[in-house]
Amino acid sequence: MTEGAEHAEHVHKDREAAKIGMWLFLFTEMLLFGGLFILYSAYRSRYPGDFHRGGQQLDYVIGVVNTLILLTSSLTMATSLTALAQRQRRRAVFLLTTTVLLGAVFLVNKSFEWSVKFHHGIYPSSPELLARPPGEILFFGLYFTMTGLHGLHVVAGIAVLSVMTFLVARGRITAADPVKLVNAGLYWHLIDVIWIFLLPLFYLAA
Amino acid sequence: MTEPTSEHVVSYGTYVRVWMALVVLTGLLVVAGRLYHESLSVPALLTITPLKAGLVLYFFMHLRYERPYIRGMVFVALGTLTVFLSVLFLDLSFR
Repeated sequence: MTEGAEHAEHVHKDREAAKIGMWLFLFTEMLLFGGLFILYSAYRSRYPGDFHRGGQQLDYVIGVVNTLILLTSSLTMATSLTALAQRQRRRAVFLLTTTVLLGAVFLVNKSFEWSVKFHHGIYPSSPELLARPPGEILFFGLYFTMTGLHGLHVVAGIAVLSVMTFLVARGRITAADPVKLVNAGLYWHLIDVIWIFLLPLFYLAA
Repeated sequence: MTEPTSEHVVSYGTYVRVWMALVVLTGLLVVAGRLYHESLSVPALLTITPLKAGLVLYFFMHLRYERPYIRGMVFVALGTLTVFLSVLFLDLSFR
């Protein structure tokens, strides 16, 4: 135990490199979603009417509620770092747990939204959907792909933040060495940024 | 190696103000998107949305407090995406 602690003191850590690595990963995420945004724009310009009608079939209230949930989760994520820096470990754990719970509420809302669509016979390659005009098929294809991919990122974010919460609670992430939590926070905020773009694309531009 | 940057500690108040700005902008976005004519809603969506993303990047993701080279990297990545989008729209508008 003492040996381990002694050893840990000599481990070389480069926070700048860790942060650069995280940002490089985030760039690949931005370009992944960016490619899908480009696809969306290309098809929207080809089928403006169909996309318009597609957007009208989505419940914008649930989209806005989920936006507020994610924005608030970003606030609790960011403030958990302040709490950690001020050595208020309990508060940091509370804020991180809130972030994870808000992420879970987001997913519950999303699952309700999807199941209503499924109930109406709208899911990828469904007979009901395939009978519609080509633009609407594309709209819902992009809707399920992009919000689904985003949802997977929320699941990953929840998993990562749960581990981070545990590490903070156990005193393994501290004010002196917060880089793991900082990087996990960057990931969570990026998920928020992507949703900020998904909201107008699917729910408001109708 | 001596630690070059200790994490910048941002006050709770700053974060709460940014969050409030984000909530207000979301409200404006909804109003602009739902209540008014497309000639008003499209420019509103195209300005308010990047502004919201910018606030998250700048404050929550700490770009405001980062060294210039990290900001430069983000600028290049987003710039590349913007070039792709611009080329796409050029292509679409001259079809």
